[in-house]
Amino acid sequence: MAMWLFLGSECLLFGGLISTYMLYRGRVTQGPRPSQVFDIPFTSVSSFVLLMSSLTMVLAVTSAQRKDNHRTKLWLMVTASLGATFVGGQVYEFTAFYNEGLGFTTNLFSSSFYTLTGFHGVHVTVGVIMLLSLRGIISKDKDTGDRPEVVELIGLYWHFVDIVWIIIFTLVYLIPA
Amino acid sequence: MAIIERPTPADTISLRMPVTPAQSMGIVRRPVTSTGWKSWVFTVDHKKIGIMYGVFAMFFFIVGGVEALLIRLQLAAPDGKILSADLYNQMFTMHATTMIFLFAMPMAAAFANYFLPLQLGARDVAFPRLNALGLWLLVAGGLILNSSWFLGGAADGGWFMYSPNSGPVFSPSNGVDFWTIGVQIAGFGSLVSSINLIVTILNMRAPGMTLMKMPVFCWMIMVVQFLLVFSLPVITVALVLLTFQRSFGATFFDVAQGADPLLWQHLFWIFGHPEVYVLILPAFGIISEVLPTFSRKPLFGYPFVVFSGASIGLVGFGVWSHHMFATGLGPISVAAFSIATMAIAIPTGVKIFNWTLTMWGGKIWYSTAMKFAIGLIVLFTIGGLSGVTHAVAPSDTQQTDTYYIVAHFHYVLVGGMVFGLFSGFYYWWPKVFGKMLNEKLGGWNFWLMVIGMNMTFGPMHILGLQGQPRRMYVWTEARAGEGFFNFGFWNRVASLGSFILAIGILIFLINVVHTARKGKPAPLDPWDARTLEWITTSPPKEHNFDRIPVVHHLDEFFHRKYQENTTTGEMVQIATGAQLVQAEEDNADAHIHLPSPSYWPIAIAVGVGTLGLGVVYGVPIMIVGVLIILGSAFGFVLEPSVADDIDYDPPMSGGQDTKELAPLG
Repeated sequence: MAMWLFLGSECLLFGGLISTYMLYRGRVTQGPRPSQVFDIPFTSVSSFVLLMSSLTMVLAVTSAQRKDNHRTKLWLMVTASLGATFVGGQVYEFTAFYNEGLGFTTNLFSSSFYTLTGFHGVHVTVGVIMLLSLRGIISKDKDTGDRPEVVELIGLYWHFVDIVWIIIFTLVYLIPA
Repeated sequence: MAIIERPTPADTISLRMPVTPAQSMGIVRRPVTSTGWKSWVFTVDHKKIGIMYGVFAMFFFIVGGVEALLIRLQLAAPDGKILSADLYNQMFTMHATTMIFLFAMPMAAAFANYFLPLQLGARDVAFPRLNALGLWLLVAGGLILNSSWFLGGAADGGWFMYSPNSGPVFSPSNGVDFWTIGVQIAGFGSLVSSINLIVTILNMRAPGMTLMKMPVFCWMIMVVQFLLVFSLPVITVALVLLTFQRSFGATFFDVAQGADPLLWQHLFWIFGHPEVYVLILPAFGIISEVLPTFSRKPLFGYPFVVFSGASIGLVGFGVWSHHMFATGLGPISVAAFSIATMAIAIPTGVKIFNWTLTMWGGKIWYSTAMKFAIGLIVLFTIGGLSGVTHAVAPSDTQQTDTYYIVAHFHYVLVGGMVFGLFSGFYYWWPKVFGKMLNEKLGGWNFWLMVIGMNMTFGPMHILGLQGQPRRMYVWTEARAGEGFFNFGFWNRVASLGSFILAIGILIFLINVVHTARKGKPAPLDPWDARTLEWITTSPPKEHNFDRIPVVHHLDEFFHRKYQENTTTGEMVQIATGAQLVQAEEDNADAHIHLPSPSYWPIAIAVGVGTLGLGVVYGVPIMIVGVLIILGSAFGFVLEPSVADDIDYDPPMSGGQDTKELAPLG
C-alpha cells in the first residue's frame, strides 16, 4: 500500500516534468531541433528491451510466489540486465546527442529533455540496484520480510517505471513537435 | 509492519544470561537503551518522535517570530533603519519559509505522530523507522535552510520564490540554493511521513473502528497527508528545475531563452494552494476534538465535518490559479478559478456552522483549550471572509501584493492554525507530559494573543486597501496620507500589536517552564474526554495500550464512561476514566513486542543532507552523500524490525518480564 501511494506521488512528479517538456520542446533558439537528433529505430529497440523486462519481472514474481528461489534469482537477474541494457542505451544516446551539439544548457528543449529522460534513467538505475540487491539478499537468505511480497513490491515499482517510459517515449519521440 | 507479537518461548529466559553485544549489520550493536540521548536520537517510538517534532517546531516558531518582530520594528517608524533593503528581503522570505515549513508543518506532524496511533488504538505507526527518517530529513532540511544566514546570506525571493527573481541574475548569493535544497529535503521528509501516516490510518485502526467511527482529528490528518502526497512531487519538480538552472546552467526560467516564468508560478501554486489546507486542516481536526469535550456534547453533524474536510482537500487542488489572477490568464480561466475558489468557502462554512452548533446548548467549560478553539472559530471566520473577497477576480486584482493579502493570510494562519495548535497544547499537555498547564497563565496567554493578533493584522486590511504594497522595506511620512487612513498611525499600531502578540507567546513559554517545575500532576482524565488516547496512562506507556481496545462507538472512551438511561434518555456516568485505565491495566496483554531503535534513519538523513550541500559546494561532496545514503539504505533494509534477544541486557528486576526484552538504563 505504501508503494502504491509512493507511485501515486511519482505520477505527479513525472506529470510535472512531462508538462515542462511539452511546454518547452518547441522552444529552440540555438542548436539542433528534436527531429534532427532523435534516432527513433535505436530508441525503439531499447524501449522494447525495457518492456520485455516487465515480462521477466512478472516471471520473477510468480516464481517467488511458488517459492522457487532458483527461478526467482534467475528472472531477477534477467530483469536487471535488461534494465541495465536500457540504461546503457540511454547513456549511448545522450553521448551521441551531445556530440551532435545538444548539450544540457544548449536550449530549453535540451534542458527539459535531459531532465525528463535523465530522471527516468535514474529511476531505472535505482530499480536495477534494487533488483541486484534483492538477488543478493535471497541467495544469502538474509531477507527480513515476506519474500514474495518484497519481490512483488519491487515488481510494482519496476512496472511503474516501464509504464512511464511508454508515455515518455510516445510523447517525446513519436509525436513530432 | 510495526508491531510484531510473538510468543516468547520459555527458553529465551536462559538466553538472557550472556551479555554479549550482538551486532547490527556486522558492525555495531543496536541501540537499545531506553534512557539518555541515544534513546531519543535512534528512537522509532512515535511518541518520542512526536515530541522531537514539537521541540523542533517550537524552536523555529521562536526564530520565525523574532524575524517577524524585526520586520515590524523596521516598519514601526518612517524610513526605518534597522534592516537594509537586502536584509529585509531575506528577513520576510525566511520568516515565511520558517513559519510554514519549519513551524506549522512540523508542529502538525508532532500532533499527528503523537496522537494518531493513540486515537486509533494502535501501538505505533505502520513504519516506525520511516517515521524517524521523516523527522531527521526535516531536521536536515531545516538546518540547511537556516545555515544560509551564516554562509553568505539567506534566500531573498519571497516564500514563493518567483522567477526570474530567484534566478542567478537577480539573486546572486547562495541563499536561494540553500532554500531550494532545504525545502526539497524537508519535503522528502514530509512525503515519507505522509505515506507512513496514511498506511497507519487505513491499516492499523483498533478492531471495530470503522472509518466513520474514527475521531475527526484522524480524518483531517488523513486528508492532509493525501494533499501532501499529491502536491509535494509538483514542488519537487519546480525546485529541481530551479536548482538545475542555478547550479548547472539550465535556462528553464530564463526569458531571454524563450522560457516562460509563469511555469514556475503554476508549479509552485499547484503545490502551494493544497499546502494552505495542509496548514489549516490539522487545526480544524484539533478543535473538532476540543469543542465537543468542553461543550459536553458530541460533535454536531460528524459526517458533515468529515466530508466537508475531505471536499476542502479535493477542491483545494483546483483553485491554485487564484494566486495568479494578476498575471493575465484569460477570462475563462479566471472565471473558472474564481468560481472554484468561492465554492471552497461552502465546506469551510459548513464546518464553522457545525462547530457553533456543537457549542449550542452545551454545558461549556471555558478552559484555555476551549478559549483558543472559540478564538479560532471567530478569527478564522474573519480571515475566511476576506478570503472570499480575493475570489472575486476584479477586487483581487486590486488587492494583489498589498497588505490586504498579508492581513488575510495572517488571520487564517495565526488566528486559525496557530490558535488551533495552542488549543491542542492546552488540551493534550497533561496527556503528553502528565502535568497540567497553568490555566491562569493560560488565560493571559490567550487574551494577549487575541489582542496582539488583532492589533497587528487588523490594521493591515486598512493599509492594504490604501495601497501599501507587500514586501516594501520603508515607508515615508511625506507619502503616508492623512487622517484616519494615515499609513504611519496604522503601521505603529501593527508594530505595537506584534509585540503584544509576542508577549502572549512568551507567557506560554513561561507557562511551560513553570509547569515543568511546579505543575500539578494531571489526573488520568482531566477534561472528561471522549477519545481513545485517554484510556491509557499519562504519559502513555511505551507500548501505548495494555490491551488493544475494541471499538463499538464513535467517541469510544465517552461511551465506556457513560450509558444512556433507557427511560429518561439521559447519559448516566457508569465509570470514571481512572477506573477504565485501571481495568485495562488489570487485563493487560502479554508478550508485547515493539520495534527496536535503529541507527539507519538518522544515517540516511545525514547522507541526504550531505548530498544537498554537495549541490551547492561541488560534486565530490555529492558523491560522499550518495555513498552514505546507499550504505545506510542497505543497513536499513537488512535490519530486522526487532533486535535479537541478545542485543538486550538482562532485566534489572528479573522475574517474569514478558512486555519488553528488558531495556536497561
